[in-house]
Formats: sequence, structure tokens, C-alpha cells
Amino acid sequence: MTGERNLLEAARAFGFETRQLHAGQRPDPNTGARAVPIFQTTSYVFEDPESAGAYFNLQEYGNTYSRIMNPTVAVFEERMANLEGGAGAVAFASGIAAQAAALFTLLEPGDHVVSSSALYGGTINQLKHLLRKMSVELTWVDPDDPDAWRKAARANTKAFFAETIGNPAGNVLDIETVASLAHDHELPLIVDNTFATPYLCRPIEWGADIVIHSATKFIGGHGTSIGGVVVDAGTFDWSNGRFPVIANPSPAYHGLQFHETFGTYGYLMKLRAETLRDLGGTLAPLNAFLFLQGLETLSLRMERHVDNARAVAAFLESHELASHVTYPGLPGSGYRLLVEKYLPRGAGAVFSFDCAGGRDGGQDLIRSVTLWSHLANVGDAKSLIIHPASTTHRQLNDAELEAAGVGSGTIRLSVGTESVDDLIWDLEQALAHVR
Amino acid sequence: MTELERYQDPLTIQRLLRSASTIAVVGLSGNELRASNFVGYYLKRHGYRVIPVNPRETEILGELSHRSLLEVPVPVDIVNVFRAPDALPAIAREAVTIHAGALWCQFSVINEEAARIAEDGGVTVIMDRCLKVEHARYVGRMHWLGFNTGRITSVREGLQ
Repeated sequence: MTGERNLLEAARAFGFETRQLHAGQRPDPNTGARAVPIFQTTSYVFEDPESAGAYFNLQEYGNTYSRIMNPTVAVFEERMANLEGGAGAVAFASGIAAQAAALFTLLEPGDHVVSSSALYGGTINQLKHLLRKMSVELTWVDPDDPDAWRKAARANTKAFFAETIGNPAGNVLDIETVASLAHDHELPLIVDNTFATPYLCRPIEWGADIVIHSATKFIGGHGTSIGGVVVDAGTFDWSNGRFPVIANPSPAYHGLQFHETFGTYGYLMKLRAETLRDLGGTLAPLNAFLFLQGLETLSLRMERHVDNARAVAAFLESHELASHVTYPGLPGSGYRLLVEKYLPRGAGAVFSFDCAGGRDGGQDLIRSVTLWSHLANVGDAKSLIIHPASTTHRQLNDAELEAAGVGSGTIRLSVGTESVDDLIWDLEQALAHVR
Repeated sequence: MTELERYQDPLTIQRLLRSASTIAVVGLSGNELRASNFVGYYLKRHGYRVIPVNPRETEILGELSHRSLLEVPVPVDIVNVFRAPDALPAIAREAVTIHAGALWCQFSVINEEAARIAEDGGVTVIMDRCLKVEHARYVGRMHWLGFNTGRITSVREGLQ
């Protein structure tokens, strides 16, 4: 019983720090558990045959099978949607799975995608090779050049794709301009917001239609779990004639018209009920729980990540063996105006620099660090270091490496939340070993 | 937009959801794949008495369909409209005539004149909002599928 309590909820615009703790979750109605319960179950008992039918028909919001939905995962999805300012979200087993699903939901053979060339190497592989296997064409553009986006759009183009802060070269996307160009062509802009997190930038507020995350990074924040999420703003008009795959009756769901029937929620329903159903790639409940634990401290960690990144970038910029420090938060960065507009709380904590001595110099540095961890991830509370040309971006040819801003001696850093003096001390002693 | 927000007040929406029992759905389709049918089915499932108003059908969702609101034989708490915006003023007049509690117009069913007619006649107006979504947000299980309800609360509710 709720007793005398007023059942009506006031409409208040709660702050980010409140929402990162509360959005998506209410105390469990069955047990009162305050933490989010981990619903480690594959399936759910139906009340009766009619309820089961209503759930499968999408006439009622109901749990059927954990490949498609799970109460723990749903808390994570709603919290991400809330923090990004979207209509909803669907979580996946990895950021790459989220990205594939976001694209598969709106693409058909013969379609075309325009993408920034300054991306994570794994994303470049996915766009270049997986899309070709689907008979989808791709055009790479310099994300900093609005004309390049404009000229690349064709009659069969279905989306523009970019990262808020490019990995690893630190390009800052002019989201409002590129979103406006996409909308001029009646196309959605899909933005990977992994490096900024919704605390530093919310692309939907600048016109982006779909936001993707690798939750593995700052959202989880502790390097424990792989996962991803797609957030939809819910505002794109899929009935504009360019997207029959979403607007027309779906042969994969007994003729359901996702856009007409679900309106704001049409893309998300199709993403879940068809794409997640058919591709799998489901986020595990335990990983969703760990991401929720991460989100509870997102703003606190990001403030520290940003402070430390600024200090480490300034140190490297002044060091004679380091050059091309790409941290967009440096006062001299070419992206300064875009950072002021889109990332006023800080330009993230991942960037690269070129170590003297090229490939050998870079490898000397990595061999000599003792506190920074040499591994292929970013966004951990612990500081991370890697040589992209021999790891994350290894499958790329020289031209692609150059377009992605990766040189033979480029080192990528993900600045953690340790004592910043210790991080600088370790880099300084390691640079002394560079031949 | 600010004009529309007058007809989207969250407290009014919650009061209507919790107090209504009979909902007349104007423009309810007999086609199970149409949005109006999804909404009607959902409302019936959640215990509301759903009364179809559609002159082209005789029975929808197992309920007798009426030609107009004026033919509905019982008091109506909410008139839920799935019609083109220009059909709204006439529907608003009928809602006033039958002393309906509220005129609830679905997404994109927006007509200022109709809102004025209803309000002047003592009928509460909700506009450009989906009755199913708002029910699912405050009472139902929209959060089970990762949708953003916008709700923040630490109040423990009863068994679902």
C-alpha cells in the first residue's frame, strides 16, 4: 500500500546527476530492493494465452525472452535514453553490435552511407567490409569539411555517420552543421558519442537523430564489461519516402507498419522486435548491472578524467620528444571553437600524440611505462596506452591510416583518474628511454 | 509549442488516467494493424470500458460500434480521437453535448478551435499525446522495453 502518499508525480526537470542515479529505475515493486536487481533469467512466465499473444504482437509491453528484452537491461536502456535526451534505447552485447543493428534497421541492399573517415579502426572495418557484404555502398568524407558531406549525399543515401570526438585523432564534429546537412537531404545523422558521454555532450540536443555508444568505455568506466547501446531521438520522419523499410508493412513482422503504428517509438520497436531478434547480440543482465553502477558516478569520473587529460596533454605538448598532441581541449587546438560550443565541460580524455623516433620510438615508450596499462581499450578509470598502427588500426592501409590521423609513431592515451602527478611522472620516465 | 503545452500537463494526464473508466475512441479502426486498434486493445486490456465510434464498422474489439458520440448510451470519461485535425471541431461540440470529461487528441491531431470549443464547454483537453503511451508511462510497463518515461521516483509502488 502506498498509504496517504500522493500518487501524482510532479513534472520536474531533474538534474543530470540525479538522473544518472535514478532514471529508468524505481524500487522493485515485489521486494523493495533499492539497487537494480539482476534478473538472470532467459524467459518469463505468461499470465495466460491472451497476454502471451499480446506481448508477441507488441500490443502490450511485456517480457517474452531475454534475447529481446530483460528488466535489468531495460533499466540501463532507459537511463541511457534519459541521459542522452532520447525517446528510448536498445542495448547490445557490444558497441560494434549496437552500431551494426542501428544501421541494419534502416538499410537495404543497394543503399548508401556517408561516413566520417576519422573513426575507431573497428568501425572502419565494419563500415567498409560488412556493409559491402550487404551490398551497401559507402563514401568516406573528411568530417571537418561540410562541403564533403553535402557532395557525398546521393538519391540512395540512408544515413550520415560520425563520432563526436574522433578516435584517435580528436576531430570534434560540428554536430549542428552536419545534422542540418543530413536533414536537408531528409537523412538521419547517426553519432557515436562514446568519447564524450552524455555528460560532456548530448548530440540529440544539436540535431543528431540516433546516438550510439560503446558502453564498454566511460559508461561502464571500470573496464569490466563489453556492451553497447543505441539511443533514438524519436523525432526523425521515417515516412518521408526514403525509408520504405521502416514505413511500409514489414514482411518480418506480419505486415506491421512500425512508423505508423508506434510513431515516435517506431524505429526503436523495429530495432528491438526485428533487428535484435534476428541478429542476437543481446546485452547480458550482469553487464547491464555493471554499466548501471558505472553510470551512477559518470559525472564525477568524467570531471576527473577531463582534468587529468588536460594536464597530461599540456605536459606532452611541452615535451621535446612529443609532437602533434591531438587533445582538442588544448588552448591551441584547431577545434577550440567547436569544443567551446559542444564540449564546454571538457573534450574527453582520449587523444594521441606522435612519439619521436617513429615506430621504434613509440614501442620504446610503451615498453618503458610502468603505471599506464598497455592494452586495447579506452575509458577505464585506469590510464591506458596503445600504439594504434600495430593494434587497433592494424587492418588499415596507409591512406586510411592517414585519413584516421594515425602515423607510424602515434601513441593513443586514455587518461584515467589516478593522481595526475603519477601519470605525468610515468610518461616522463618512459620518454627518457625513447631512442 | 507553448500553446500546445497547455494541453499536455502531466498532472492533468495522470488524474485522467487514474479517474477514467469509460473511453469512447473516435476513429477506432477494425484493422488489427492500425495504431488506433493497438490503443483500443491496450486500453481494454487495462480495464477501461472502450466504446468504438466509427460509422463504417458494426463491432470492433468485441464492442458495438456507434455512428457518433451522440449515440453512445453511457457517460463518457474520455473521448479519444484518431481523426484528421479538421474533423476535431465537430467532435469537440459532440463531446460538450454529451458532457464528456475530457477530449484526448492523439499525436498530430491538433486543432486550436476544437480545443477552445471543448474548454468553453467544460471539457478538459489533452492534445498531441498518445493515451496508450501516457498510460504506459505512468501506470503501465513502458519502461520494460527501454523507453524513456522521464519518471524519477523513489516511491515503492504495489505489486504489478
